[in-house]
This record gives sequence, structure tokens and C-alpha cells, in this order.
Amino acid sequence: HLATSLPLPSERDHLRPRIDLIVFMIDIKSKYSLKNVETSLAHVDASFFLGKVCFLVTGVGRLNSCGVETNTVCKLGETYCSPVLFCELELEGVRVSTAQRLLRILQICAGHIPGVSALSFVSLMRRSDDN
Amino acid sequence: PPKEKVDPQKTAFLLRKAWTLYSVTPLYRFHRSRLKDYARLLSAFIAAEKQKGLAVEVGVELDIKVAMSSLAELRGSEQDQAAVLVQLSLRSRASSRNSEDKLVWLGWFCSVYGDDLSENVPEDFTCLPLFLTHGAESYTSMVGSWFQKTFDCCFRHLAISPLNLSWIVAMWAGCKLDRAASGVELVFSMPRLPQPLDISYAIHPEDAKALWDTVQKTPGEITQEEVDVFMDCLYSHFHRHFKIHLSAAKLVKVSTAVVSAHCDGIVKILQSQYMSGVLMLLTELAISQIQ
Repeated sequence: HLATSLPLPSERDHLRPRIDLIVFMIDIKSKYSLKNVETSLAHVDASFFLGKVCFLVTGVGRLNSCGVETNTVCKLGETYCSPVLFCELELEGVRVSTAQRLLRILQICAGHIPGVSALSFVSLMRRSDDN
Repeated sequence: PPKEKVDPQKTAFLLRKAWTLYSVTPLYRFHRSRLKDYARLLSAFIAAEKQKGLAVEVGVELDIKVAMSSLAELRGSEQDQAAVLVQLSLRSRASSRNSEDKLVWLGWFCSVYGDDLSENVPEDFTCLPLFLTHGAESYTSMVGSWFQKTFDCCFRHLAISPLNLSWIVAMWAGCKLDRAASGVELVFSMPRLPQPLDISYAIHPEDAKALWDTVQKTPGEITQEEVDVFMDCLYSHFHRHFKIHLSAAKLVKVSTAVVSAHCDGIVKILQSQYMSGVLMLLTELAISQIQ
């Protein structure tokens, strides 16, 4: 399900299936996309931040068009205890591998991988980030 | 901002010219004492290119005289190498010695507070990470090829990201100038439209200065947060009036009274007063592209 911002329209609440993962997409070329994500974050229930939120930064292949500081996004990830993934959607290989990563994260968040919970996975990712 | 050591007389020729920017990796075994020899070698190289029939372009003459000189004034700290100037002139056809050669191309290497780079290079290398050119691209490419072959260095176009353009606006929009300042102008390119559309946002110099004064906390110091707040104010003002989010567009060109810069890596320095500061920022951009 794709949405340009949160909150989602309440009219369809009763039809919506359970949400297992929220991926916030930030275009590194657009300050606006960062602001949009920051505003949308306020509408997310706190329980999602236990491993069911992740930030996806796109457009990193074109650093010459960079409008958002990488530090800013990393700090956002730290503030919300959620991982930050970087990718370049214009490159097919990266696009495919990023999609595979997100799918894997989604499988864990949906509880399809026995023995790994969303929370344990996120703390695993955080520890490897620090290294 | 650094103390202005630049002698306005000697550097007047740098002002109000559109300079194309490149980053240059350190030069191997470059000896300042041999500048005259280098000039002769480059001259021969250009003549050879003409013989080869390469780089022949309408209007580009190849009977070229090369001059190289050192500009001690153009540097930041004592660790910086003095700037190196390369001038290409058209040899005058007239036989009289008094007739002047016409300057067709100008390029200079410099380093202003480039300690980050120069601290970490071995002995035989000379760090002059910023290269600025003015004149035909074909001359630039010949000069660049000669330097690359002779000193084993690498030139790359230096583009300026919207993030860095924002810094340029913030740093010099609020400058105190002796003469009446021209306004601040920002040019944005709107993405993903079938026809290209540019938006030009002009701000009165007094307003820009007033805004910057409310944002900047410590005079002489600028933080990323302050730049962000300054730009956000400009964006929300524009949105309030035109319902367009400039933050979603690409900032391609900025103009202030001190300097104007385009994202393709073209700058024009308009005032000698803040030249050192501008060159320091550009040196920093060049160094981050190299590292």
C-alpha cells in the first residue's frame, strides 16, 4: 500500500488489513520529502517504532543533486530507533536488491520467520551500524 | 570568516568572470621554480595538438603563447600553496613588439585553507585542489591533458549540490557591503515536468539580511541548522504566496551580492572583500570531491 503522507484517510480504516511495516521514503534530492516524512511520523503509533518502521533514502546515486544532509537522515533514524537504508532507484540492480531487503524485513515484521522478532532484528541492525 | 589578506589590486582580474570549477588531485613533482619551462612545454604541446589536427574548432586559434605565474596573495594559511596562474594568449600577428597579445584563456590553481588535504600527502606532492577556468572548453581540455600527463594528476568537474548552494546563499546573503548590495536570487528547476520550468525567486537585499540576522546566533559562525532555518523561511514564505513547495524542486543557481554560483560548477565572484571566504568554501568542496 502506498501513501503520499500520513495519516491515512479514516474512511477506509475498517477495510484495511493489519500493518506490519511502514517504510518512509525520503528523496535525498528533496528537502520537501524529508519535511513530509517528519510530519507524517507524528501520526504513527509508538508501538510501530519497536522494529516496524524503516527509512528508505533514495537518490543517493546523484550526490550532486543532494538537498538533504546524510547526517540529518541518520539522526532521524536514531531518534526513532529505526534503521535507515540507502538506495538508488534508478539502478535496476540496486532497486531489486533493496526490494529483496525490504521484503525480508517485512517477513520478519509479519512474524513469518520463526525465532526472529521485529524488535530483535532491529537491535541486530543497530549493533552492526555502530560497528 | 578568515581575515582578508587578498590584495584587491592583484586579484581584480578574477572578479566578474564566470569561472568553471574543477577539483584536482595533488600534483606530483611540481616545482614552482620551473614555471617558465612548464609554460614552454605546454606551448609546444598545444602546437603539437594543432599539428595533429585535434581540438580544431571554429574560432579557436592555436598559435598560442603560454604564461605561467605564481600568485602569492591567493592562499589562506601558511600551509597553503600559493596559487598558480596559467594564461593562454593569441600571438599577435603584427610585427611590432608593442602590439598586445590577446588573452584567450585563463586558468588558475589554488588552495585556500586546504589543510585537510595537504596535511596528509607525501613530500613530492603539491596540493592545489581547486582549478578555475575561463575561456573555451577546448583550451581547458588541452591544458588539463598536459597537466595530467606531466604531473600525474586528475581533473574532475566540480558540481555544486543544492545543499552547498544553500550554504553559499546563507553565508553571503547577510553580508555587510560598502556599496549598495544587489538582491539575493534563487533559481529552481521544477522536476518531472514535460516542459522544463524554472522558478526565479528574488529577495530584496535588506529583507535577506534582516532574515539572516534573526537566524544567525553567533556572528562569524554558521551552522547547518541555521542554513536550514534560513532556507525554510524562504520556502514557507514562497509557499504562503504561491502554494508551491520550492523544497521539492532542485535549486540550480544562487546569486548574492558577493558571489553567484550555478550547480554545474560555475561561479562568479563579484566582490574582492569576501574573496577569501568564497575560495575557502570552494576549496573545501574540491577537497571533498577528491577524498
